[in-house]
Parts: sequence; structure tokens; C-alpha cells
Amino acid sequence: MSFLEIRKVSRFFGGLAAIKDVSFELRQGEILGLIGPNGAGKTTLFNVVNGFYHPSRGDVFFKEKKISGSKPHVICRQGIARTFQVVKPLQRMSVLDNVVASSFLRAKNKEQAVEAAIDALQFTGLYEDRDVISRGLPLGKRKRLEIARALATQPEVLLLDESFAGLNPSELDESITIIRRIKNKGITIMIIEHHMRVIMAISDRIVVLNYGEKIAEGTPLEIRSNPLVVEAYLGETQSA
Amino acid sequence: MNKYFPYIAIALLALVPLLGLNSYLMHILILVVMWSVIGMSWNLLSGYCGQVSFGHAAFFGVGAYTSGMLYTKLGISGWWGLPASIVVVTLFALVIGYICLRLRGPYFALATLSIGVILRIVAENMVDVTGGDLGIMIRERSWIEKTRYYYIILAIAALSFVLVKQVIASKLGYYFVAIREDQDAAESLGIDTTLYKTIALCLSAMITGFAGAFYTNYMGYIDPKVVFALHDISIIAIMVVMVGGVATFSGPIVGAVIMVVLAEAIRSIPMLGTAHHTFFGILLIVIIIFLPNGIVGDFPKMKKLLGLARRAS
Repeated sequence: MSFLEIRKVSRFFGGLAAIKDVSFELRQGEILGLIGPNGAGKTTLFNVVNGFYHPSRGDVFFKEKKISGSKPHVICRQGIARTFQVVKPLQRMSVLDNVVASSFLRAKNKEQAVEAAIDALQFTGLYEDRDVISRGLPLGKRKRLEIARALATQPEVLLLDESFAGLNPSELDESITIIRRIKNKGITIMIIEHHMRVIMAISDRIVVLNYGEKIAEGTPLEIRSNPLVVEAYLGETQSA
Repeated sequence: MNKYFPYIAIALLALVPLLGLNSYLMHILILVVMWSVIGMSWNLLSGYCGQVSFGHAAFFGVGAYTSGMLYTKLGISGWWGLPASIVVVTLFALVIGYICLRLRGPYFALATLSIGVILRIVAENMVDVTGGDLGIMIRERSWIEKTRYYYIILAIAALSFVLVKQVIASKLGYYFVAIREDQDAAESLGIDTTLYKTIALCLSAMITGFAGAFYTNYMGYIDPKVVFALHDISIIAIMVVMVGGVATFSGPIVGAVIMVVLAEAIRSIPMLGTAHHTFFGILLIVIIIFLPNGIVGDFPKMKKLLGLARRAS
């Protein structure tokens, strides 16, 4: 049984094909890296899986059930959560309230919601900042707040859109640890990332998009030595 | 202390009629309390949930006409309009929400603006149903003196205050604020934004409609120009909250006191009295520039400003 299947998905904006006939599977429990040059359609693909866009052609299946065409909140309820590349904290709410707003999805009452939110904050190392109004958080913490919020919906699949971009090396290590711990919880992760060191280190498999088309799929080792990928994205010097 | 303050305030307000104020002052008090109710309801939809309405007169008017038409058409007491308005206005808000809530931000505001105006014109022209410009007059007034009206509206205000407070502290409140801050983020966190925006609209409309039904019974006369007024109802509802403090519990109450007293004060100035809307416009500009969070929201800032001014003088 396929866990999350993207089947022949295309998405057009006017005449432009942002993604074209892309098919691949996300296996339960893995970390799948999604890489490609700017404008390759990575975020568009996330938006299709998450429900913000409906595919122009093709479908997305989650546990054999078609989810494409549903609204984002329905898809989130079914167990697929995401973070945003351009972080979208609920600005005038405290960090804790941000997470409480999302943990209410599975909580029966406020006590449970707050409890779940505090768990998510401790997990992502934001507990100390719980009373800060999220507008005042530095970028690294805002990215982690996105992760905490997504986790608070108790997802089975987590879509991470450039959660590492713009982080300094120590924040980077912290985030890698967090991602590994999320995987250990049994949550399946699909991650968009430009940071090659990170993506090669944490991904079980990698899918490469270029101009909206899938040009490669495989283990980090295979991807690194794939001539198509090297030409389109990695570049000669990095291939070593 | 702070926790019990609202209850103490209500208890004190309940004692006010014992002071034996004249009927004009009682009238002002009743208006203040009524406007704080409307402010609270506007605050729920626009302050907390971020869906700015320029058309609360629509809900106020529908509530008022529910009461008035029960009297003219069915010949029963206008007070039945209070419970009836809950049903009628909520259903009306459902329809409005279905049409307007797919719009975001300023487009929603414009749509609500137009609905207020449309309803006024409809009420003016459907003479058989509404009585048109002649309005509705309730001939048998329940009471001449105002104490009972005051207690009724005070009870409505207390209920509204508790309702808003409970809602904001609950899951609904978190969802409303999440929708205000970022609708896409809220949607991706599993929040059915359409549903919760509709709930906010219905709750808000219901409270305003209730105030409208009260207004009919209190004033004994309504016509389309009064209850569906853009500048005297819709805009004042916004100003009450803007002046008092958006997304604060006590903001609408503070705003209502200031706006009603100010309106009365300006109207009594010779020559300039008819220009009170101009003064409101200026006040709004001043508030937006210097106290964007309103008097309650920017209270610390205001204290600082006043403190500095005092030291300077």
C-alpha cells in the first residue's frame, strides 16, 4: 500500500506548467528530500499536496484515499501538516498561543490543547520563549515555531518548506537534531531544502525537480552521481 | 482585583438609577450601554476575527425591524422581537456570510458596506412590508420612565460581555485570532476558516440585532434612515471600538462612553452642532495616528504621554 502517492500531477498557471506530470511516492517513516533549482516547482508541489492548489491534472492519494481537491484544513485533519517557506507566524499572538491555536485540532478542551502545545514547544526548544509575542522572534526561532505548530496538529506526514534557509550553523545543527527526532517519533517527512550538506545528511531518498519535471529519484548517493542532476542543479564542483 | 472588576462595574451600574438622574441623563446612559453592546459585537467579528464590517447597521436594522414588524403585522408586543431577532438576524447573517465571507480584507468590508445601504433602500421601498419612509411607530409604550429600559439594556450588555469573554477564551477565540493574523496559515493548521468566520459573523450579528430589537422598543419609533444608517450606526460601531481599543474586552465600553457623550456635547454647540460627523472624522484621524490600539490598548502609552506633558508644564 502506498502511503502518500503523487500520481501524474500537473499544475498550470495560465500557459506555464509549474509542475508537469510528476509522480512519486512517499514511504511511511522516511525522510524524502525534494530539491531542484529555484522555480523548479517544489513549493507548488507542496501547495498541491497541502490543498492550497488543486492539481490541473493528476491526483494525490494519502493512504489510498484521494486528497487532492480537498481544502487545506481537511487535509490537515487527515494528518498532513506543513510549514511555510516565508514563515507565517500569527504575529500578534504569543508563541504559546500560536501553538495552542493549532493543537486545538486534536484536543478535546483547552487544558489538553495547552498541554499538547507545551509538549510541542519543549520538543522544538521554544519553551523558554513561550510568552514572547511571535512578531519579536528571530528568524531561526520563527522557523522552529512553524515546525512546532505543524507538530501540534499531530500529523503523520510533515511537509517542511525550507526550514533551514537563513539559519546560522549552530541553529542548523539544532534543527537537524529536531528533524531526526521527529522522524524517530514515526512521522514521515518530505522536506524542501537548498542546503546540500543538510539534505544529503538527513534524507533517506531524494526527488529532484527541474522546470516542473522530475528528473531523478534515488538515495543521496545515487543523486550525487547522477549526471542530469549535476548538470541541472548541483554543478560540477560539488559532484565530488 | 482585575478579575472581579467587570462584576463590580456592573453592580455599580445597576445602582445608578437610585441616584435619581433626570430622564435626559438616563437616556444618555441607556445609549452608552446600548452602544457598548454594539461595540462588543463589532469587536468580536472585526477586532478578534479580523473581518472588518462596515455594515453593522444591516444587522441592527434587521433586529429593529423584526421587533417593529412583529408589532405592526402580528399585533404582538415588540418585546417578542428580542428572542425573535436572534433567529431572524442569525439566519440573515448566514446568508450574508455565504455571499461575503469568500471575500477577504477590504473586499469583505466593501461588501458589508453595500449590504447596509442595500437594506436601507429595500426598507424604504417595500412600503407594504416595512411601512417605507413613514417607519414604524409603537403606540403603546411599555413604560414612560426609563429605569426599566436601563436595566434591560444593562442585562443585555452584561450577557454580551460574558458571552464575548467566554468565546474569546475558548477554542473559538484562538481560531478567530488565528484567522485574523493569517488566514492561509490558519487554514493549513486545520482550521476551517469559512466555518469559523461564519460563526464569528453570526455571533456578532446576533448581538447587534438584539440591540436593534431593544432600540425599537426603547425609542418606540424606527425608520429606514435611522436604523440602517451608514454614518450613524455602521461607522459609529467602528469608531466606538477604534476609539476604545480594538480586540480588548473593555475597549468598546470606553469607546461607547466617549462617543455618545461626545456626540451629545458636539450637538449642543451652537452653529457647529450639525457638523458632528466632521469632528468624528478628525477624532478618528487623531486616534489612528497617535493611539492606533485605542485608549484601552494604548493606555500605557497614553499615560506616558500625559505624564510627560504634566512634567513639562
